[in-house]
Amino acid sequence: MIDLLAAQATLPDLITFLIAACAVILGALGVILMKNPVHSALSMIMTLFAVAVLFIEQDAQFLAAVQVIVYAGAIVVLFLFVIMLLGVDKQENLSRDQLRGQRPLAFLAVLVIFVEILALSQGNWTSGAKATVLSTSSPGSNVVQLAQSIFTTYLLPFEATSVLLIIAVVGAVVLVRRSDLKPGRDTAEAIELESESETK
Amino acid sequence: MGSDPLFSHGITLAVFLIVIIKVIVAFAVLLVSVLLMIWFERKLISDMQNRIGPNRAGPFGILQTLADGTKLFFKEDLIPDSADRTVFKLAPFLSVVPAFLVFSIVPIGGVVHIFGHTTELQVADPPMGILFMLVMSSISVYGVTLAGWSSGSKYPLLGSVRATAQMISYEAAMGLSIASVVLITGSLSTRDIVTSQFGTFLGFIPKWNLIRLGIVPFLVFLVAITAEMNRPPFDLAEAESELVGGFHTEYSSLRFALFYLAEFMNTVTMSAIIVTLFFGGASGPVLFGPSWIWPIIWFLIKTGVFLFFYVWVRAALPRLRYDQLMTLGWKILIPVALAWFLIVAAMQVNSYLGFGVFILVLISGGLLSRASGVGDLSDPFRLGRSRSAGTKGVE
Repeated sequence: MIDLLAAQATLPDLITFLIAACAVILGALGVILMKNPVHSALSMIMTLFAVAVLFIEQDAQFLAAVQVIVYAGAIVVLFLFVIMLLGVDKQENLSRDQLRGQRPLAFLAVLVIFVEILALSQGNWTSGAKATVLSTSSPGSNVVQLAQSIFTTYLLPFEATSVLLIIAVVGAVVLVRRSDLKPGRDTAEAIELESESETK
Repeated sequence: MGSDPLFSHGITLAVFLIVIIKVIVAFAVLLVSVLLMIWFERKLISDMQNRIGPNRAGPFGILQTLADGTKLFFKEDLIPDSADRTVFKLAPFLSVVPAFLVFSIVPIGGVVHIFGHTTELQVADPPMGILFMLVMSSISVYGVTLAGWSSGSKYPLLGSVRATAQMISYEAAMGLSIASVVLITGSLSTRDIVTSQFGTFLGFIPKWNLIRLGIVPFLVFLVAITAEMNRPPFDLAEAESELVGGFHTEYSSLRFALFYLAEFMNTVTMSAIIVTLFFGGASGPVLFGPSWIWPIIWFLIKTGVFLFFYVWVRAALPRLRYDQLMTLGWKILIPVALAWFLIVAAMQVNSYLGFGVFILVLISGGLLSRASGVGDLSDPFRLGRSRSAGTKGVE
């Protein structure tokens, strides 16, 4: 196995891959093993960041940047924000299942996925060697290639996804919005009332 | 595209050494510029406030920062009992490391030849270029957030919650204004952004992105970046008059020094980024002497102007209220940046479409803001009216 690795990947690639892969696995273990939710979230950032390093190692620079900006920079920050605001940063009692039969089922699901990955990979292990599909077929950097395929071949799915996201945002705003205006009182009246209270 | 000619002939020992030298020089330059910046800021604010300012250590007090640093270095390092020790120790580094790294993508000069190799005067020129800055600014959010949370104390937590919300909000406006620059350049690489700004209009107006894009993306970027750095007037994360010291209240000694360092390093780096994005970076006429030194001089002059600007703003403007901050970010900067992005995109096609979209944006923007303002008690127009009502009450 070691011979195979050395044959495919150059030494810097191999070193980068090994370090980043270890960080990915350590972070993933941290997410489930840490008792404190904030520490779990931090472990998750470590995993996401190491995955970004793996992307860079594969010359997928744009993907790496977006990975950190979107996941580490926005989503996990929101996790932390909620944890901090709600004050759930206490250690939970994990000796008892919240849902009956949750753990055996989770174990079973993990086993199934693991076997599936083993079956699908068919001995094609990641080694840190660069993928050669895109870089030889067309000119331009990774960013240019990505942009061209998004805005030509995959334009419709791309636009559909952005519309979907906007719908989700608008939906969230509508759901959480509470009207301060009582029914039966019109807008002008409410504004008048408010400005009166302000001048006082 | 977006790659240093240094690596075009394979990696030898000389190439490796050049990279190491570039990293060390950039590190040293940034640290020294921070030392000078802190002194410059204190001295300039003193002048603006009719004070003398630091004048004991060295000529004109120029060594004051060194003295302060030494003092902080030898102070006792306190960790509160209720603190989360690991995260408490980690947080300052999450602030300071991104601040260092962003500087690596700034081109501080042209192309030079050393040891028979050609290289660009910047530490790294990755294809993702300016996105790297967004990456690092999204990491540096964690420094502030975790510092406040891990202190296990009320005021730091409030400061960090404010800071997180603020930094995430303004990141959107910042990204949109950068998108206009990337659109007109056609590349993410910082080197390409600078080289596309070479040359002049009509022989004397420099072809800076500031002029090519109209002034709007620059203004949006300037405000967003100031909020992103937590500099005054957007320093709600610190807000010493309300929150003791904000997110770093519980920090002392070297860890506090790291936060301080990160703040000023960000100021220097972001001034450099503004110059790179909108003011032609290291471009400028060569007057006399060796031609490689003039880009560096132009770069330093332009960056210096923005450093002065930041100090000036700190001395002149009062801090914003929290709701004003959020209104500015979400209701003004993001729509304006988005609309201007549309106009820039249409201008890329041709100027008729550009002006058409401009007029369309004006009309629809006016209609939308009026429509969303109906019944909304906290819209910007409303804010203005209630303020005038307030002053009338005082009279």
